[in-house]
Amino acid sequence: MTNKILVIFLIFYFLFLSTSAQDNLLDQLREEDKTEWNTHTTTFKAIRLINGHTVETREKGNLEFLISHRFGRINSGAYQFFGMDQANMRLGLDYAWQDWLTLGIGRNSFSKLYDGFAKISLFQQNEGKIKQPVTLVWLSGASINTIRRPEIPMNLNRRLQYVHQLLAASKLYQNIALQLMPTYIHRNLVREPSAPNAFFAVGAGLSYRLSKSVYLNVEYYHRFLDQENGTANPIAIGVDIETGGHVFQLQLTNAQQMTETGFIPSTSGDFFNGDIHFGFNITRNFQLGNTRPIKK
Amino acid sequence: MKNCYITLFIFLLSQSLQAQGHKTVSGEIEFFSSAPVEDIQAVNNGPTGLFNEQTGSLAFLVPVRAFRFPKSLMQEHFNDKFMDSHTYPEASFEGRLSGYDRRRSGSQEAFAEGNLTIHGQTNKVRVPGNINFKGDQIIMDAVFPVKLEDYNIEIPKVLFYNIAEEVEVTVSFVFEKTDR
Repeated sequence: MTNKILVIFLIFYFLFLSTSAQDNLLDQLREEDKTEWNTHTTTFKAIRLINGHTVETREKGNLEFLISHRFGRINSGAYQFFGMDQANMRLGLDYAWQDWLTLGIGRNSFSKLYDGFAKISLFQQNEGKIKQPVTLVWLSGASINTIRRPEIPMNLNRRLQYVHQLLAASKLYQNIALQLMPTYIHRNLVREPSAPNAFFAVGAGLSYRLSKSVYLNVEYYHRFLDQENGTANPIAIGVDIETGGHVFQLQLTNAQQMTETGFIPSTSGDFFNGDIHFGFNITRNFQLGNTRPIKK
Repeated sequence: MKNCYITLFIFLLSQSLQAQGHKTVSGEIEFFSSAPVEDIQAVNNGPTGLFNEQTGSLAFLVPVRAFRFPKSLMQEHFNDKFMDSHTYPEASFEGRLSGYDRRRSGSQEAFAEGNLTIHGQTNKVRVPGNINFKGDQIIMDAVFPVKLEDYNIEIPKVLFYNIAEEVEVTVSFVFEKTDR
């Protein structure tokens, strides 16, 4: 009798043991290996939000080629083909010289302007053991307009403008990212005597993930000016369509310039009065040099 | 009553045997996607595994984020658009190894049967591979195809580079005896 009970007990015990042992192996592995594998995750899809920069920088050795267009005002009528006849173009190259340092140059058809900038990653948002809620990036840039202006004596100094920005972004959920951009602008030459050479502005941006490849973006800069002198705060709304190595960005904005020293101080359109420019940015990513080793 | 003691003795002995296992000292998983536009290859040195020689129980845990790609943007797309590694940070295998002879040394064929979980989707699989008993070490390797569709991995429609609907996965593990 005791034997019988024992045998039954053992059968059940082994049955239980064999199933629990299997479960245990995976749990045991989870217990033992607590290595955190963080891969570079992005806050925004592209390196530009709409007109301005995002905190996004690429890893060392990546070169991004940007082609941007802003057409004329949509409310300019059928004769101007709703702005399509007047395009302002920018060609740009952003090169990630180091993981933390991106250098960029660009040429704009507007004012025959050349621009250059350095973008420095300070902190990367991290959800791992060391919590870091925001990504911080510093941007410093300068631009020089080379358009001929025979009506006034021009020299190098008068052609220069500067921008300094702190970009602070946070990916709140998997599908929403926010960015704040305190900005300082300095222009050596201004259009009117009453316009300030230097001023502060604060930008705010939002990106919402509509699907795996499509994002909706909004961008706004508020300028702290005593007089606006016929200029307006730049507003933009756009979508990002990501297709592998390319990102297509389509936008509607009241700004026609594409550098911080241009669209922040000199936007003139009234967005809510229909002074809207259609535009696009196309980025193409190239990994230069040797691709990185994948084996240990 | 004597029988009873013998059974108990066997029972206790088997328990101590049960506790004997092998743990990976190195693991590597590689996948290869062959497509007209671009071949895509990635390597993962993060996986860990446990193997129990007596029962044949076998388990692997693969941190998805540990896959390294030659291009950083590919790695981002892999995590973000294909594997949703934020939601599904790990892939795993849990099952049993059979068809091998413990006493034979040298490489021999074996079958791993069990549940393969990728992208939060679990499927029953039977994977043929090789096992090699080398003293205290056990070396396992296998090459098998994984169909993206079987694991609900969607290829986004607006993507310029082609990705094969079936990728080839190569695994190789070296186990060593643990005390437990």
